[in-house]
Amino acid sequence: MNIVVCLKQVPDTNEVKIDAKTGTLIREGVPSIINPDDKNALEEALRLKDTDGAHVTVVSMGPPQAEKALRESLAMGADEAILVSDRAFAGADTLATSNALVAAIKKLDYDVIFAGRQAIDGDTAQVGPEIAELLGIPQITYVEKVDIIAGGLKVQKAWEDGYETIEVKTPVLLTAIKELNEPRYMNIKNIFEMYANKEVKVWSADDIGANKELLGLKGSPTKVKKSMTKEAKGQAELVELPPKEAAQFVVSKLKENHFI
Amino acid sequence: MDFTLTKQQELVRQMVREFTINEVEPIAADIDVTERFPIENIEKMAKNDMFGIPFATKYGGAGGDYVSYAICIEELSKACATTSVIVSASSSLCAGPIDAFGTEEQKMKYLVPLCKGEKLGAFGLTEPNAGTDASGQQTVAVLDGDHYVLNGSKIFITNGGVAETFVIAAMTDKSKGTRGISMFIVEKDFPGFSIGKVEEKMGIRASSTTELVFTDCIVPKENLLGKEGKGFSMAMQTLDSGRIGVASQALGIAEGALEEARKYMKERKQFGKPLSAFQGLQWMVAELDVKVECAQLLVYKAAASKDAGLPYGVAAARAKLFAAETAMEVTTKVVQIFGGYGYTKEYPVERMMRDAKITEIYEGTSQVQKMVIAANFLK
Repeated sequence: MNIVVCLKQVPDTNEVKIDAKTGTLIREGVPSIINPDDKNALEEALRLKDTDGAHVTVVSMGPPQAEKALRESLAMGADEAILVSDRAFAGADTLATSNALVAAIKKLDYDVIFAGRQAIDGDTAQVGPEIAELLGIPQITYVEKVDIIAGGLKVQKAWEDGYETIEVKTPVLLTAIKELNEPRYMNIKNIFEMYANKEVKVWSADDIGANKELLGLKGSPTKVKKSMTKEAKGQAELVELPPKEAAQFVVSKLKENHFI
Repeated sequence: MDFTLTKQQELVRQMVREFTINEVEPIAADIDVTERFPIENIEKMAKNDMFGIPFATKYGGAGGDYVSYAICIEELSKACATTSVIVSASSSLCAGPIDAFGTEEQKMKYLVPLCKGEKLGAFGLTEPNAGTDASGQQTVAVLDGDHYVLNGSKIFITNGGVAETFVIAAMTDKSKGTRGISMFIVEKDFPGFSIGKVEEKMGIRASSTTELVFTDCIVPKENLLGKEGKGFSMAMQTLDSGRIGVASQALGIAEGALEEARKYMKERKQFGKPLSAFQGLQWMVAELDVKVECAQLLVYKAAASKDAGLPYGVAAARAKLFAAETAMEVTTKVVQIFGGYGYTKEYPVERMMRDAKITEIYEGTSQVQKMVIAANFLK
């Protein structure tokens, strides 16, 4: 089985700065991590590799420094890593990002594509579903359990008040939530082996043969009008009470402000 | 000159840091009080190849370097010095000499499971009458046909009760003094081997420290490590690299304690101000910060020298001396910054202070390190 995992490197903080002109994020100087939901997506691919055998390819669109996230993926056990990186991709919204990733994925063999539910920087939850739509394959979002069955997968999709079990044929795209699994650590031997033996392949816009009109700012119908940091409103009231009285106090305050 | 770590070393630090925060720190206080050996974390560390960092992959190691190993011990020690000494005793003191002096057969048989963390290792040199003066070995090994017969005992052996593979020093020729000492690889199931007294300790309390007793213990001839009579020299070389492990441990303890002080000084208010606003305390932590930085440079330099194939014995002694004394000073002063709270088990700093003390003692006391450093200086 061939599995492709779509992964994004995101800033490791909620205090991200935003470019006032373009409304996009400034990533320089902020520590970066693998987007948490994407780590669950990668873990599930690696789990399937461990139990049933699979070739796991990780794909990320991002600036050159996103190589680190892909190196971490290789250290966790991914077989191959591809960084889709080009100035032509800069300023991409979710659609332009999906177009770039789809052009790259089309060059790969895949039975299952995993993506995280959403990224902690944009919180759109759009790229996974858009990739499935553009590829014309089925998608299941909010996945909390995956089993391999004859001809496809049996997937448990989380709902607010329960879950739905779906049997699906491959190829299919799944988006992972944190309930899906507990991501493994990087393995120390893998860290040394992958630097010695594995490359993070870098594919440009030309390499993936994408239509440049659909990439970057040009290919992005989303126009961010304004971005701002939410101001903290009001003032906290600090009280020290025993647990029972504290609960009553909180309820009374919520009622007073018509929240309940 | 380049003071930056490699990308591999950075990723090792990131991995061990994540592991320490998620797995080690949450149980550190409890295993200190209960003296419970943290077996669940040993298995998890083994799975991630933390027991074989500087050893070749063909022997089950991670194929890494000694700086990465030092970083691993440092990061673990920030939260739990018990956990780190279990790794360093097995890696530096048991896998180390087998890797350095063992035959191919010995490496395949003993080094592989140690590197994979399937078995833990220990090193037996210290005896009731041979501590700092390690030359006073009284354990004897007598060749009898195809095996040696060992008699005697070792004390204060880290991992004593949990290891399955031991590297043991014993006299094969008492008339030759230190040149009559040899080293053996001993399995815990060899006839005549047993665990004696289990020590109750001030710090690193969840690690196993025991006496080892040899009563007509049968050790196959092929388990002689290196050559007969070369044991003392091999033991000293083993301790040279082991000291990098202890120095890394001391460094991590100091860093962990200083980080606790940073958090506490920003939270704790007295006289209407956070502790961080008092210049007396600012100067105290500034001085400690510089010492920790110095300790780190000394530790990494010793490890990098070993990686580069350069002499590193004196560098390791300097690193161990300074890092251990820094750990003791930092933890003592951080307890002081915490005041009464620091003296209680509500915060981890009293445990760190107890743990720090052993780094000035084992694998050569601070005084032994000074002997090594002075001998080099005055030669």
